[in-house]
Amino acid sequence: MVNDFAFKIGTVNGTGSASANGLLMQSIFRMGVPVSGKNIFPSNIQGLPTWYEIRVSEHGYTARPNEIDMVVALNPGTYARDVASIRPGGYLLYDSSWPLDAALARQGINILGVPFGAMCVEAFQGDRPRTLMRNIAYAGALAALLDIDIKVIETLLHEKFARKKALLDSNHKAIRLGYDYAKENFACPLPFHLRHMDATRDYVLLDGNTSAALGCLYAGATVGAWYPITPATSLMEAFKDFCERYRVDADGRRRFCIVQAEDELAAAGIVIGASWAGARAFTSTAGPGISLMQEFIGLAYYADVPAVFFDIQRTGPSTGMPTRTQQADLLSIAYASHGDTKHIALFPANPEECFYMATEAFDIAERFQTPVFVVSDLDIGMNDWMCKRLTWDDNYRPDRGKVLSAEEVAALPKFSRYVDVEGDGIAPRTLPGVHPKGAYFTRGSGHDRHGAYTEDAAAYRDVVDRLAKKLALAAAALPAPEIVTQPNAEIGIVSLGSCHAAVVEALDRLRDQGIACDYLRVRSFPFAASITEFLKSHSHIFVVEQNRDAQLRSLLALETGVARDRMTPVLDYGGLPLTAEHVVRAVTSQTVGAAV
Amino acid sequence: MTSITKPAVRHPGLEKNALGLTKRDYEGSMSTLCAGCGHDSVTAALIQAFFELDIPPHRAAKMSGIGCSSKTTAYLLSQSHGFNSVHGRMPSVATGANAANKDLHYIGISGDGDSLSIGLGQLCHAIRRNVNMLYVLENNGVYGLTKGQFSASADIGSTLKGGEPNAQPPIDPVLLALNLGATFVARSFSGDKSQLVPILKAGLLHKGFALIDVISPCVSFNDHDGSTKSYRYTREHHVDIAPVDFVPLQSEISARTEPGATTAVTMHDGSVVRFRRVGEDYDPSDRDAAYGFVRAHQAKGEVVTGLLYIEQSGADMHAVSKTVERPLVELPFDELCPGSAALDDLMSEYR
Repeated sequence: MVNDFAFKIGTVNGTGSASANGLLMQSIFRMGVPVSGKNIFPSNIQGLPTWYEIRVSEHGYTARPNEIDMVVALNPGTYARDVASIRPGGYLLYDSSWPLDAALARQGINILGVPFGAMCVEAFQGDRPRTLMRNIAYAGALAALLDIDIKVIETLLHEKFARKKALLDSNHKAIRLGYDYAKENFACPLPFHLRHMDATRDYVLLDGNTSAALGCLYAGATVGAWYPITPATSLMEAFKDFCERYRVDADGRRRFCIVQAEDELAAAGIVIGASWAGARAFTSTAGPGISLMQEFIGLAYYADVPAVFFDIQRTGPSTGMPTRTQQADLLSIAYASHGDTKHIALFPANPEECFYMATEAFDIAERFQTPVFVVSDLDIGMNDWMCKRLTWDDNYRPDRGKVLSAEEVAALPKFSRYVDVEGDGIAPRTLPGVHPKGAYFTRGSGHDRHGAYTEDAAAYRDVVDRLAKKLALAAAALPAPEIVTQPNAEIGIVSLGSCHAAVVEALDRLRDQGIACDYLRVRSFPFAASITEFLKSHSHIFVVEQNRDAQLRSLLALETGVARDRMTPVLDYGGLPLTAEHVVRAVTSQTVGAAV
Repeated sequence: MTSITKPAVRHPGLEKNALGLTKRDYEGSMSTLCAGCGHDSVTAALIQAFFELDIPPHRAAKMSGIGCSSKTTAYLLSQSHGFNSVHGRMPSVATGANAANKDLHYIGISGDGDSLSIGLGQLCHAIRRNVNMLYVLENNGVYGLTKGQFSASADIGSTLKGGEPNAQPPIDPVLLALNLGATFVARSFSGDKSQLVPILKAGLLHKGFALIDVISPCVSFNDHDGSTKSYRYTREHHVDIAPVDFVPLQSEISARTEPGATTAVTMHDGSVVRFRRVGEDYDPSDRDAAYGFVRAHQAKGEVVTGLLYIEQSGADMHAVSKTVERPLVELPFDELCPGSAALDDLMSEYR
């Protein structure tokens, strides 16, 4: 139980528990122990239940914990379900300023009371400091109970409050309140606790939206357009912060332009206009925004305009559950907009991949002159994940695709916008303002290969067939699927995105149970040929995804021709990140005892 | 939209501008609008304005949405990039293009359906952002391409061809723009080129969002006796109350001697717009007065035309965003990417 357990803190949102939870995460991480945190928060500013789950895993598993060893119960409104979520023999830590609530009195668990409220009332002045410091105090108690290195905590506090002496003092005092009380009253540490490791040296704690924003910065994106929406807001806000840090001239002038649009339609229009004019431009949004952008997406597809869209998926349909995660936008992105369309999508599995895929997205969008979707989700986008330090190759140069220079245009006898010169479906484009001979008319109405309006069947087909060819050829140039094989495996597991963390853990557990599975993680759409091969070469396929309707399975069936019923869906769509347990159970229930 | 390329025949005696270009160099493909359409007159006026301002055609970008008016971007400036986008959403596309490359002359051409119904929100927010562009709203009170439904600018009591009267109050783009803080608001009439051309020129050089509402009658669906957007009605009711002379920078000195100018507004580039006093005293720098003036004349059934309001001090989108002087599209990658060392340092903050 050393370095392998999970605990959960149940509080009310708006009480400032985030900084205490962050402090705990970071302290464990600084002890060199792999750690992950899942913030399960309400669509609300103040007063509703919120949880933070922290998982410590010496093996480096970062999926949502399969069981909870300990609960810190600070929200009377959720006592009953919080206590019920503790594993048998686990621990409950509650605020004993008040008598033990009947809802907390469960048999078969260990109950620890610390008078956090009473201690903070005595030690601090004012309602707000008392509320805030109660959180820091539980962090202190957990430090004692779990053997979190108090020196690490104190170092972190010093770093954080270096210029705020008063805050440093009160935080320090609150940590000590909880820590000392626990030390004096309980047998510390508990059976499950921490021990220093050296497994996080090359890692950082990073959320996917910050990471994606960094990718946009490094890719040279200059125009960002957006409409605030959870869980995508922090992506554009992070981009703004980074730009203000790295892209402001000495005179205060900025090498970027971020437009907060009136809605997602306008955000899409701004991105398309800016990309058309030659900038690298992007928007960050979520499902409802993708719905609103449909018409513009079709325009960009049909008129060969590059554009980068980040979809940080949340639970749909409609408004759905804005602060819960899901992977339910797959179908609506793959064929977004009316008419025959198909779109390039990239599926990062974690914040690290958000960075690299963000930069790639701009290269791909410009190379193929088409919309590219980076399909992340709330779990990746808003939770802090342990991931490898991001690195950058200074030799990188943006792939601007086939953009003709003034000289190249001048040398042409005549410029025609949509002529497939090289047979790859990608027609050279010109940017406005560069050369009079390069002028053309971009339109979403029927056009021929010269860009002229047409209602002629053959001329219309010529253009849309080229687009189909372009997208088909793009598949081989997109991020390849990750394939992990085991000897003699007949089962194949297919998944994508944030499911990855749970699936890799499940693969280990299944292997330990004698069930060998090969694994393919889809990283892009349209699908590479290797995906079809994988599906065909396994007698039993499980498709793991976080939506109700098995959207990835439908896409696979549609695009590869492999029969739907050859692929067993493993679905989790309640809005919480997937656990390995869920995958293991689904696979074993289908395979144990059955000949596979 | 259908388009027919014009024959490239140049008369040797054609007048040339400072760039050595003739008006033909500013034309586009042949119009496919109905004969007598007001929009074609607006196209001609725009060609005249661009020609007279000596703007290199490829330094202009033509933006439009969907509808008869939006089609007209094909009928001028064939050496300019054009973007015929999505119904009602041209302002956002123009905003994005302008954000990327601020040095082009953006002209947005829209209609009353495109701007006042499906795209009303986008128009409003482009005004609020003060995107530096000329926005021409070719206003005929009717949906032409779908054959004759009322638009949101139709006046109460104005009738469809079949006689059905409009019951809903109109949205007046001029009053709307004044209300939203637009920095350049004008109204004109497609049938009055002598007024329209100088206003278009002033609008093109205005640093900010220049809205020009042009009453542009639809000969096929809204030019009958019951219409308040017909040629006849507009001729009889339009009052040129704020006439302007546009004096480009280079000819300003000679223009100083012209009599009759009462108000002069210096444009961002040093050109001057002069307002001639005709009958009434009119102050084009007073937003509230402009609003009241338009309303008062509307009450009398009159359509006030002219450059109604201009404010040269308003910060455009780039000024508000504090973007660099160079267009963003021209920034070299090295000035955009912080590089590996910066990333290494940054990563240490996430531990």
